[in-house]
Amino acid sequence: MAKKNPISFHINVDDFLPATESEKEALVVMRPSVGFFKDAMKRLVKNKVAMVSLAFIIIIMFFSFVVPSFYPYRYDQQIRGSEYLAPMQYSQKELDRIAAGEKVFPHILGTDNLGRDYAVRVMVGSRISLLVGLIASAIILLIGSVYGAVAGYFGGWVDLIMMRIVDIIYTIPDILLIVLISFSIEEPLEKLAQMPGFHWIQVIGPNLISIFLVFALLYWVGMARIVRGQILSLKQSEYVTAAKALGASNARIIRKHLLTNCIGTLIVTTTLQIPSSIFTESFLSFLGLGVAVPLPSLGSLASAAINGLNTYPYLLLAPAILISLIILSFNLFGDGLRDAFDPKMKS
Amino acid sequence: MLKYIIKRIVLAVLTIFLVATITFFLMNLVPGGPFVAEKSISAQAQQALFEKYGLDKPLIVQYKNYMLNLLKGDFGLSLKQRGRTVSEIIMSKFPVSAKLGGLSVLTALIIGIPLGSIAALNRGKWIDSVIIVIATCGIAVPSFVLCTVGMYTFGVYLGWLPTFGLNTPVHYILPIFSLSFYPTAYIARLMRSSMLDVIGQDYMRTARAKGLSQFITLFKHALRNAIMPVVTYVGPLLAYTLTGSFIVEKIFVIPGLGKEFISSISNRDYTMIMGTTIFLAALIIIMNMLVDIVYKIIDPRIKLK
Repeated sequence: MAKKNPISFHINVDDFLPATESEKEALVVMRPSVGFFKDAMKRLVKNKVAMVSLAFIIIIMFFSFVVPSFYPYRYDQQIRGSEYLAPMQYSQKELDRIAAGEKVFPHILGTDNLGRDYAVRVMVGSRISLLVGLIASAIILLIGSVYGAVAGYFGGWVDLIMMRIVDIIYTIPDILLIVLISFSIEEPLEKLAQMPGFHWIQVIGPNLISIFLVFALLYWVGMARIVRGQILSLKQSEYVTAAKALGASNARIIRKHLLTNCIGTLIVTTTLQIPSSIFTESFLSFLGLGVAVPLPSLGSLASAAINGLNTYPYLLLAPAILISLIILSFNLFGDGLRDAFDPKMKS
Repeated sequence: MLKYIIKRIVLAVLTIFLVATITFFLMNLVPGGPFVAEKSISAQAQQALFEKYGLDKPLIVQYKNYMLNLLKGDFGLSLKQRGRTVSEIIMSKFPVSAKLGGLSVLTALIIGIPLGSIAALNRGKWIDSVIIVIATCGIAVPSFVLCTVGMYTFGVYLGWLPTFGLNTPVHYILPIFSLSFYPTAYIARLMRSSMLDVIGQDYMRTARAKGLSQFITLFKHALRNAIMPVVTYVGPLLAYTLTGSFIVEKIFVIPGLGKEFISSISNRDYTMIMGTTIFLAALIIIMNMLVDIVYKIIDPRIKLK
């Protein structure tokens, strides 16, 4: 072929030949494209440590939410004469009943000082710990993501002021304030609980409410910072400009476009928040500022066990091991989620 | 740089002021005065007590008075420990907590940094795996679990270590172990990942290629750069040991500030609660600020604005 003049309008005829069979084949989609979630899930399923942790979390959840409802003992049921039984031990009364042909469910972990079955108390205790972790994380997710998104999206002086507030809250020592708040709102809440319609406060316990309150007041700042960082880069995207051009409101853009696009970060940060909330709750329960009696939590069980440490060490072991395992498995599962959602962030 | 320091100081002062204000008003939310529980106290005597402590004035005047005294460093009188000022009590209890906390921070740094470095330098070998497992478990175990389990095994079961008080150096072993375990594990993790990052850098290869010894490359080039993230953690670490000592002091019956804080809450000793909260909060906030400023100064890569 003659040398082509670069500015001529001569057309290369070869470009307009019908496509051959092999060329057509190359365009056939071999399999459906893998979406963001599917891709992450695939990576997650391959991560053995994360899957074992998840399985453990599910088992714990089953034992703490489902099993107590049909367990033969209740967590506040005091059995006279069977105080301080060792694991699998029966009291004299129960031995008599067994001799009489009755079936008595064994105290798998023994009983405590008031003759309450310890296994069911530990189960209910881990239910409280899990609930605190989950609810507190949900509160943090809600406040932190909205706050961070608003600050990041509007930018300018709005961002400046909002982030200064975050800086200040970040430096307030949290434990001190939790102790203080739970102490000072205890009585007002108890008064409120006497009024009609507020009886639920008594059920949850004022201390637990103050823990949630503090999480809502203080702990969201970490989440807000992370979300803001994400939004700052995401808001430069073309789809945001497009949505704006189409007349979408700011609220809609934040909700439908920006927050949905940092879903990976949100999931990971929330999951890693759960163990730290459980940690804090057990710390407070241990100091006697957690859930109200007779409701047990893993921290208060451990705290109660200290008094009889010399004679009944097994009372300490179950809640101590369980709380460590719960925190460990949430940590490991959160790490696995982070690796799955953001392989670049792998540390 | 000056601008940054000023900004941080303003922020710190603002935060301390905020904490003091929140504490003051939270305290007054509690119905019932500090003298309600006291036996055989006539209305007249109570009135006199109220006047003595200035509790009869309107809240906002009390607030103003308290804040003005606070500026002079005066925390007021303790309501329960008669005749002693809050500052006196804090000053007598704080050295105990500070010694315990300081030793724990030191222990965490001395053990955590080498542990993380060893793991990074032996990446993928068994010693790395062992350290990772220890560190991962370490950040999952709450301090009260460590305290109680340690107390039972070494104090009660084996009988090697004393279980309460702080009379001899041996007494320090268990409290410091429980208090420094979590930060040690955290620092080891932090150090491992930053060390891995540093030894992959080009300047490390250059240093080796120049013929520098392993020792010099490791200590002069790698360690000094890798230690930076650990420096930023020292602030939160101090806060952790100060508040973590509440539990350790409770379990091991150590007469420190943490125990004083908790008991002042159950005694409803208002001025003590105010005093300890503000003191501890200010301590944590100022330490955090200093660490951040030091970090900016010692890391030449951070642009000084």
